[in-house]
Amino acid sequence: MINNKKIHTLSVYVANEPGVLARIAQTFSRRGFNIESLVVSPAIDGHFSRMTIGASGSEAGLEQIIKQVSKLIDVLHCTDHTFDEAVVKEMGLIKIAVSAEDRGEALQIAEHFGCKTVDLTDESIMLQVVGDPDKIDALMEMIEKFKIIEIVRTGKVLMARGAETT
Amino acid sequence: MEKMEMDGAQALIRCLEAEGVECMFGLSGGSVIPIFDALITVPNNIKFVLVRHEQGATHMADGYARATGKPAVALVTSGPGATNTITGIMTAHMDSVPMIVLTGQSVSWMLGKDAFQEADIFGITMPVVKHSYLLKETNDIPRILHEAFHIATTGRPGPVLIDIPKDVSAGTFTGDLCAEMDIPGYKLPHGEVDTGTVREIAEAINKSQRPLILAGHGIMISGAEAELKQLAETLNAPVTTTLLGKGAFPETHELSLSWLGMHGTAYANKAICACDLLINIGSRFDDRILGDPKHFCENATVIHIDVDPAEIGKMIRPDHYCVGDAREVLTELNKHVARLNTAEWLKTLDGWKKKYPLKFKRQGGLKMQHVIDEFYKLSEGKAVVVTDVGQHQMWAGQFYKTDHPNNFISSGGAGTMGFGVPASIGAQLGRPDDTVIAFCGDGGFQMTECELATAALHNLPVKFVVLNNHYLGMVRQWQTLFYGDRRSGVDLEGNPDFVKLAESFGIKGFNLRRPGDVKRIVKAALAYNDGPCLINCEVEKVDNVFPMIPAGKRIEDMLIEEPKPDVKLEKPTGST
Repeated sequence: MINNKKIHTLSVYVANEPGVLARIAQTFSRRGFNIESLVVSPAIDGHFSRMTIGASGSEAGLEQIIKQVSKLIDVLHCTDHTFDEAVVKEMGLIKIAVSAEDRGEALQIAEHFGCKTVDLTDESIMLQVVGDPDKIDALMEMIEKFKIIEIVRTGKVLMARGAETT
Repeated sequence: MEKMEMDGAQALIRCLEAEGVECMFGLSGGSVIPIFDALITVPNNIKFVLVRHEQGATHMADGYARATGKPAVALVTSGPGATNTITGIMTAHMDSVPMIVLTGQSVSWMLGKDAFQEADIFGITMPVVKHSYLLKETNDIPRILHEAFHIATTGRPGPVLIDIPKDVSAGTFTGDLCAEMDIPGYKLPHGEVDTGTVREIAEAINKSQRPLILAGHGIMISGAEAELKQLAETLNAPVTTTLLGKGAFPETHELSLSWLGMHGTAYANKAICACDLLINIGSRFDDRILGDPKHFCENATVIHIDVDPAEIGKMIRPDHYCVGDAREVLTELNKHVARLNTAEWLKTLDGWKKKYPLKFKRQGGLKMQHVIDEFYKLSEGKAVVVTDVGQHQMWAGQFYKTDHPNNFISSGGAGTMGFGVPASIGAQLGRPDDTVIAFCGDGGFQMTECELATAALHNLPVKFVVLNNHYLGMVRQWQTLFYGDRRSGVDLEGNPDFVKLAESFGIKGFNLRRPGDVKRIVKAALAYNDGPCLINCEVEKVDNVFPMIPAGKRIEDMLIEEPKPDVKLEKPTGST
């Protein structure tokens, strides 16, 4: 949830053609919708890519966007997985300013969330966290007491459970 | 496998030939010189029509495609040549017209480096095309051409743009001219209609007592006129069409209510409010026909049949729907429906037809409606009518009844002023044996009047009817009705002498000023076939189109005729 709006997670399977991302982005922006997160990666076959798009907005509006995205020539299919049984994961890197005396507390929180410490200096720590987006949100809240220097999140990736393809 | 020495441009012309292109509209420029050269070096039967402005090329291609049902091609250069086509592409996109736009482009290695006459036309046009390509390999030309024609003409048609860098068209072609398509993402409704869905629709229809068929442009795109007629006659149900659906069902048929919507007939609009079942086939529930969408057909069962799944539920959520080609769906539907007891309903509609006919005052000065009506009578309703956009367009729709498909050509969705002149030229090139009448206002006419040269050059017998009220009349009408008659930015003082203008292009001109001369001059214009002619009609400066549903108002709030002067109307809340 961002500002109490339900975030929908769409999986879009596309032909790897120039402009395909722009066409999809335009379908959202034309209707005044924001894309909250976006991950693009090659599918098994190099000719195709898979996009996982997080977007918020009215149900009816999104339903129309899904139809219009599906209609694009380069799109093989576009599915809303929000209410499906799916595994949703995200990775985040967080760099915080921590002095030697606070380091213990920071590492305790990190350990609780299963984070890895991937960089360490006298004044800072970089943590790597992988998991459900909600878990990363919770970590963010806990870590706020330290000075956060930088955050990078990959955005959600998703795969439907079971033997079917997404 | 056919292989021979050639460059990309020559391969391109061969591919256009293979696609059956008969006519191409365009304007040359630096980046398309190789393609223009190939038009000479490759033997071909393509008639190339040189225009005066690239917007004209796209509207001509559009008029040609709408008049013939065949895809049309525009060929222009890069940069400004390409950007000048945008209005034409958008117009075709809004009205689902098959069109291929070939744009030249700077050389590949200069892309994105602000080269001379470089514009990112691929990016600029993205929201207004069905699909587009940036050609990167000379050997891809046949595959992409083949895909482009396939995409433009199938399913819901639309414009496809191909941007061709100069090095790609000038490069050596070593590929296969018969390359296969590769568009796994392109989905067309399957050939087989879902019979279960159609049965469900038939059941709903068979329960109706006050059915109404709404036929859109999709009927003509699909070629489903006979199937539609069979459905209407089987059910004994009335038919109304959209403006672009004019010709899908004969307007002189006793079951026809003509077209509906903002300036449609009062009886069609009343029928929409009173029906218990609406069968929409091939119309996208455009805002011009909905009034206030929240109250549209509130108490009726709504059925929507459309080839484009994205149209289902976009504006109106139907009770039943079927995604498919209109002709295929209607063929199946016709198997499951029977005559309904509509005698009482048709009687009511007949009463409305008599009570609220389309009419105009014969007294006073010259009226646009009078001129259009006379053209209708003297051409026996057989002409191909092309309109521009504005008051005259609505009156052309009202007073020139259309009985045959593809005989009423108008920019509906986009409302593109300047469409009329070039589109009528395209229509005449596509239908050389038919009479083509272009009804234009003085405003829209001046936006593309340079194409008179093209009409004269090809000796096309188009009748350019300039319905000249020296106003941008539709906006003036809104200002009169809703803005206290404060006329702002609508007076077209400084219009040229249109007859002299025509004569300067070598075109025959007529002046028409008095109602008493209408018959004589219309007759003379229709009889003139030595080339184009222009009829400048000095019509009354102020006249308003009725019926009118103010934008965003409920259909029930339709103004059937001019409101009394003391009636104060609110500003419309709907879009334009």
